[in-house]
Order: sequence, then structure tokens, then C-alpha cells
Amino acid sequence: MRKKRLDRGVRARTEGIYALTSWSEMGYLIFPRGVLIVGLLVLPIFLDLYGQRVLCAACIYALLALGFDFLAGYVGVVCLGGSLFIGSGGYIAGLLNSHFGWPALVTIPLATVGGALFSTLILIPCLRLRGIYFAIISFMFPLFAVYIIIALNIFGGTEGISALDTLPNSWVELYLIIPILLIALFALRRLVNEDMGLILRGIKDNDQAVKASGIDITLYRTKAVFTAALIGCFGGAYLSHLYGWLGISLFAMDFSILPIAATAMGGMGTLAGPVLGALILTPLSEALRGFGQLRVVLYCLILIGFLVYKPEGFLSYLQRKYEQSEHWEEV
Amino acid sequence: MGEAFLLKVEKLSKAFGGVHAVVNVSFQLAPGKVLGIIGPNGSGKTTLVNVITGFIHPQSGRIYFKDKDITGLQPHKIANLGLTRTFQVMRPYHSLSAFKNIIVPLNSPRVKKTRAGRLGDKDAVAIDILEDIGFERDTRVPFKTAGSLPLGYLKRLELARCIALKPEVIICDEVFSGLSMSEITSLIPLLERLQMDGIALIMIEHRLRELFRLANRVMVMNFGQKIAEGPPGVVMSDPAVKEAYMGKEKSP
Repeated sequence: MRKKRLDRGVRARTEGIYALTSWSEMGYLIFPRGVLIVGLLVLPIFLDLYGQRVLCAACIYALLALGFDFLAGYVGVVCLGGSLFIGSGGYIAGLLNSHFGWPALVTIPLATVGGALFSTLILIPCLRLRGIYFAIISFMFPLFAVYIIIALNIFGGTEGISALDTLPNSWVELYLIIPILLIALFALRRLVNEDMGLILRGIKDNDQAVKASGIDITLYRTKAVFTAALIGCFGGAYLSHLYGWLGISLFAMDFSILPIAATAMGGMGTLAGPVLGALILTPLSEALRGFGQLRVVLYCLILIGFLVYKPEGFLSYLQRKYEQSEHWEEV
Repeated sequence: MGEAFLLKVEKLSKAFGGVHAVVNVSFQLAPGKVLGIIGPNGSGKTTLVNVITGFIHPQSGRIYFKDKDITGLQPHKIANLGLTRTFQVMRPYHSLSAFKNIIVPLNSPRVKKTRAGRLGDKDAVAIDILEDIGFERDTRVPFKTAGSLPLGYLKRLELARCIALKPEVIICDEVFSGLSMSEITSLIPLLERLQMDGIALIMIEHRLRELFRLANRVMVMNFGQKIAEGPPGVVMSDPAVKEAYMGKEKSP
């Protein structure tokens, strides 16, 4: 017996303009995207209030995973700054709301841009570092921020600030973040194939050659980090208005770690994979809450399982199944 | 000093710890000429290129390009002035297809400025450049990922990436090494055409016969020092060069 694998020719036939040659080719392209878009938009209707809250959290993690995968898979910058993005976005939105009484409609956009500027500025000096060194530095900043807030007792200190404005109702909460998540996903997928994305992928493959081509790699790395920070800081600003509370747990390590797990699960460099990974992992970790500390063990087992048996991630696996047919045949 | 020299290097030195990779090297390159740099392995040729193009900072000495002091400038700024290089160990963007490799230099400030943003379809421009350099247009080759291309095409890709910048000088770091004789003979007309287009070349080579066909002047390096410079025929009869390549003649 041996496994026979046949390419359905989907990818070849749906590349570029050829996708428009027939309805079935268009269907091939639209089907997986449609399942994701419609699925996410319809899902909240079938959930109770608790489930809706979990979905909101899952979407925030999905945004972070998207940013992580964009930086790691397309720019070659391993950035564990997820909690930095959430923290700076969340604190800016929360402080603007509590001090000036500005509504969420104003604070969320301001905190998204302001938080992204802030986190990019403090990460710029480290952008010369590569690989694991940048990862470590970006992981230290959130810890740094936590201890500054505790030591100086600013921004509400350890207790944080509560009674912020919350979003009007759960439908607004959901239908704010889901479209943003989808837009961010498809915008990034588009970006990585545009000129800027090609330069970023060039930097990942070989930064020296990009320099020799007359392109300032620090500038492009900065732009890339800013893009990821925008996505993450939106998540943070949204989070503080979702719970009507801000505190040092916005800088929690979960926001840096879960995106890595989601990316490992969904597949590095696929963008959609990490989003799906986060949408699966977050409810799972909620469901295992009853196990207390033990859920971390289960969580690790899932991660190890994926890394050992499906290192390319489940999205690449599904994609292969979609594009190729496999069957066993007698030799 | 006038416009006589495009590139002028003065007393350049660079040492890595105790290793003196480049010692007091000076030379000049006139517009549209071909300068060959030869020398045994480890004689500092590639380090010299790295210093000139800004990848390594020199310890002393100055580099002038078109009367402008470019010593210590960042590599991308030097490339934008029109001084480009290929890499000896080829550095393609292996996950991108061959023609997308050319899109990267087409986005540099230099190209945007010189062509005033009227580039039109960048993909088409990239494929045109690749065709010029010997990628067959009506095949799949320009669309293959660079990681899967054979050596000969990768060498051409390195050159294409320089040409996309519309440079005034290209420094070719061993473009012939590792290529078969037929691949080399097909590359030579290409380099001659670049020269006819007014691009000055600095060629670092070990293939002397092919180099001497192209080069107007040849400079010989050994242990980081320039030991000879002159027209190809004259240089090879220099006793110091003979010694570097063949060893000392035994005195009878």
C-alpha cells in the first residue's frame, strides 16, 4: 500500500486573473474565506452571554496572534510584545476615559494610534537586534511597565481604575471586534503581497541584500512593528472598555504567550492559521478553568502535540487537503 | 579633483583584531571602466568591497564617490548614490519568486527619484530586467521561487538586483566562480553590454583569462595590501605578483 497524492490544480487555476474564468474556480477561492467570514459573523447568535464574552476575548487574542505571526512569519522579528501592546492601548484608553470623560468612540481610536506610537518608539532602539534577542527585550518591557506602575503608584497602582465607560451592549461589543478582526486579517494578507510586504519578506530572507538594494531596513522594520502594534493596541483599548476596568493585569504574560501557541497551532506565516488557533485555544483554556493550574499542563500537551506531529500547523494541513486528494492504493 | 574619477579610495585600512584584512589600499576608478581585483584567497578582496559599500566601517582612510565623501555612510545610502554590489555568497530572497526579488530594489528611493515614479507596472519592469540578464521570458523561470533556482540563474539574479537600481558602479564579487564554462561565456557579453551602457565595473575574480578580456586595469592584492596595479598584461609579469601566486623563484 502506498499513499497517492493528486493535486486538484486549485492553486494553479485560481492564481491571478485565471480565478475569474469560471464560477467553480471562484467558488474554490470564495468557499474557505466565506466559511470564516460568515461563520464568525453568525456565531454570536448561537452563544449565551458567557459564550459571547469568551468570543470577545478570543478575538482579542486573535488580533495579537495576527500581529505576532505577521512580524515573525513575514518580517523575521520575533516580538513577544503582545502584553505591551494590550497594556499601552488599554491604559491610554482607560486614562483618557477616566480623566477627561471622553467616550469610548473617541478613546479607542486615540489609544490605538497613541499606544502603537508609544510601543513602537520604545521598541525602535531594540530593532537592530535580531531573533531571540529582540524577543527577550520585547518580553521585558511589560514587566518593566508593571513595576513602574506599582513602585510609583501611578495610574491607579495595583488596584487599577474601575468604573470606566463600558460598551452599550454585547451586540455592539461583538460586532465591533469581529469586523475589525476580519479587516485586519484580510488587510495583512493583502499587505504581504504588496510592494511593502515583498520588502519585508526580503528583510526576513536576507537583510544584507535589502540594504544593498538601497532600502533602509530599520525604517521598514519600524513600519512593520507599528502595524502590528496598531492591531494589538486596538485590542487593549477595546479590552479596557469591555470590562470597564484597567489594571496591571493588562500587562499579563498571557497576552504575549498565547499568540505564540496559537501561531504554532495554526501554522506560522499563514495569518489565518493563528487567528483560528486563537479562536480555538481561548475557549479551550476557558473550558479548562475548572482544573486550575492543571490546565496549563493540558495546554502544554496540546502545544507539544502540534509542534511534534503537525509542525506546519493545522491550517497548512487543511489547505493541503483542500488542494490535493489523497488515497491509499495497492502497489 | 574634477570629474575624472568616479570612485576614489584613499589609504583604506581595516583590521579584525590582529588580522590586517585591508592595509593602506588606494585606487581610483574612472567612469565606464572595468577594474579587476585579483589576489589569493584571504587577501582582503571581499573585505575591501564590504568597506567600500558601507557594510564594514574602515579604521582609517577615505572613500570618495563622485567627489562626495561616503566613508562611514550606511549601506543603503551608498546604494542609493549608485554604487552597488553583488554578494560572493549569493543572497536571494529565497521565498519570493525570481521577478519579485527585483521588486525590492525597484522600491528604493533612487529608482523612485530617477524614474520620477513613472515606473508603471513594476512586475513588467522586473521581468524586462530579468530578460535582459538572460532569464528566458516565455518560460516559468522568472516565476519560480528564487530558492529553487540553479546557481547560474542566482548569479544573474544578483546582477539583476544591481541593474534595477540603474547604478553607476557595480562591484561584482566573484560572479564567475562556480559557473560552468558555457555559463561564463554567456555572462561575458552581458558584462560588456553593461560597460557600453556606461556602468563602471569592479570585478573581483579568480578566473584570470575571462577577467583579462574585460578589464581595463587590474589591481593585485596580497595579505591586505595592494602589490601591483596596471594593464592586465603588465601586471602579470610583475615579480611581486608572480611571487604571490607562484611562490619565490629559487635563486640558482
